[in-house]
Amino acid sequence: MKETTHAIITENLTKKFGDFTAVDNISFDVKRGEIFGFLGANGAGKTTAMKMLCGLLKPTSGMGMVAGYDISKNSEKVKKSIGYMSQRFSLYQDLKVWENFRLFGGIYGLKDNEIASRTDEMLKNLGFYDERETLVQSLPAGWKQKLAFSVAILHKPSIVFLDEPTGGVDPAARRQFWELIYAAAESGITVFVTTHYMDEAEYCDRVSIMSEGKIAALDSPENLKQKFGCTTVEEVFHKLAGGVL
Amino acid sequence: MSSEHKPVVAENISKTFGQVTALQNISFETERGEMFGVIGPDGAGKTTLFRILTTLLVQTSGSAFVDGYDVKGDFRKIRKIIGYMPGRFSLYGDLSVEENLNFFASIFKVNPKDNYYLIKDIFHQLEPFRNRKASALSGGMKQKLALSCALIHKPSVLFLDEPTTGVDPVSRREFWQMLDRLKAIGITIIVSTAYMDEALLCDRIALMKNGILLGVNSPAGMVASYNNRLLAVKGDDMHSILKVLRDIKVVKSAYSFGHEHHAAISPDFGGDAVEKISQELTARGLNDTLVKSIKPSVEDCYMELSAN
Repeated sequence: MKETTHAIITENLTKKFGDFTAVDNISFDVKRGEIFGFLGANGAGKTTAMKMLCGLLKPTSGMGMVAGYDISKNSEKVKKSIGYMSQRFSLYQDLKVWENFRLFGGIYGLKDNEIASRTDEMLKNLGFYDERETLVQSLPAGWKQKLAFSVAILHKPSIVFLDEPTGGVDPAARRQFWELIYAAAESGITVFVTTHYMDEAEYCDRVSIMSEGKIAALDSPENLKQKFGCTTVEEVFHKLAGGVL
Repeated sequence: MSSEHKPVVAENISKTFGQVTALQNISFETERGEMFGVIGPDGAGKTTLFRILTTLLVQTSGSAFVDGYDVKGDFRKIRKIIGYMPGRFSLYGDLSVEENLNFFASIFKVNPKDNYYLIKDIFHQLEPFRNRKASALSGGMKQKLALSCALIHKPSVLFLDEPTTGVDPVSRREFWQMLDRLKAIGITIIVSTAYMDEALLCDRIALMKNGILLGVNSPAGMVASYNNRLLAVKGDDMHSILKVLRDIKVVKSAYSFGHEHHAAISPDFGGDAVEKISQELTARGLNDTLVKSIKPSVEDCYMELSAN
C-alpha cells in the first residue's frame, strides 16, 4: 500500500472559491522521512493547498491522504497526526517556556508525565533548559522559532508542516533552524516546508513549484536544475514563476 | 526640505526600555539618493532605530536629524517628508486597494494623480484588484500597495523595515527594481532586510548586533575586508560533508550555501587549502567531493561578522 510508504498522497486535489480556482488538480506524493519544499509565488495557491492538507479546509474535489488519513473524511485524525508551525503564529507570548509545552502537549492529548519528560528532553537538546521559567515574550525571535518548532513536534507527529518558518530571519539563525529540520527528518519525521529563500530549497530532498494553482514542476533540486538548464533553484523558480519578467 | 543637509544623521543615539538597552551610541549619516541597507540578527535594534528616525519613538540620549530637522523637536515636519513602511502590514484591511491609496494621499493633502508617476510601475500591477480589500491581497501585492501608499506624497526619505519578508523571489526582484527607480530620482532609501542578495544591491550596508552598529561599508568594501580564505565544497552526502568540515582543524567555520557548503579557512593556514581539505575529506571516507576556492559574498561576510 502506498499509504505506508508515503506521508502525503494527493490526486487531482482542487479548491475553488466561487469561480476562482485556487488549487487546480494537483497530484503529488511525499515519501515518509522526506524533506519536501513547497515553493511558489505569492498567490499561487500554496497556503490553500497546505490548509487542505492540514485538514483545515475541505477540498472542492479530488483526494488527499495525509499520515494515512483521508483529508476530506477524516480531517480530525489528520490534525492529530501532524505538527504545524508558521512564522505568524507560534507560541503564547504571555506564557512561560514550559507552559507553552504543557498547553500544546495537553491539546494533543499527551499524558502529564509524557509532557514533562519530552519537554525536559527537548529543552536540554536545545541547550535551553535553564530558560524554562522565562516568559516567551522576552526571548529573542530566533529562539522563539526554535521553541515553536519543538512544540510543533512535541507529540511526535509523523509529519510536520512548516509555513515560511524562516521568514524575516537573518542568515545565521536560518541555518541554525535548518539544523533542527535535518535532525527532525533524521528521526523519521516527514517535513513539508514552504520558503521564499531559494538557498533553502536546495536543502530539500525534493521541491515542487506552484504557479497559478498548478504544480509547474516537481523533482529533486539537482534534477530540476538539469531539466531547466539552470545552475540554481532560484533560476528555475524565475523561469517557472516569473511570468511577467 | 533643505538639500544642503544630509538626509539622515544619527549622533550617538541610545535607547533603553527599562533594564534593556535596545540601541547603544548609534552614529551614521546617509547621502542624498543613497540606498542604505540595515542588516543584523533579530533583536539587533533595527526596528527601534527606524522608529526613532521616523519620530514614532523618542531616543533616550543622542540626537538624530532627517533633512536637517530634529526628530524630537521637529517631528511634525519630518512626518510630512518621510515615507515609512513598517515591518508589519500597516494598511487598512477593510479598505480596498484604491481606498487605501486615496486615504494616504488625503492624509498628506496631496492629489494621488499628481505623484502617480512615482508609483505607476508598481501600482499598475494592482490595477486589476483596485476594488479588492487590502486584507484579501497576496503577500507580494500587499507589500506593493504598502510601498505605493508610503510614496504617494513623494517623500524625501523612505524608511522600509523588512519590506520583502514573506515575498516571493519574483516579486522581490520587481520590488527592488522599483526602489532603484526611486533612488534614481533622488529619494533616499533606508531599508532593512534579512535577504543578503538585497543587501548586495545597497550602496552601503550597516551591520547591527545587540544594539550596536558594528560597521558601515559598501558591499564591495565588505567583501574586500573578508580575510579568510573561502572554499566551496560539494559532494553526494552533503550532510556528512558539513559535519566533517566542522571537525577539520583549519576550518574556522562551515555553513550550507544552497547547493554547496562554504568553508572558511583561517588566514593563519599557510598551505594549499583546496588540497588540504580534499585530503581531509577523503581520509574520512568522503570521496568524490569537489573543493574549489571562491570569492566571498555579502552573506559569507555576514556569517563571519555575526559569529564574532
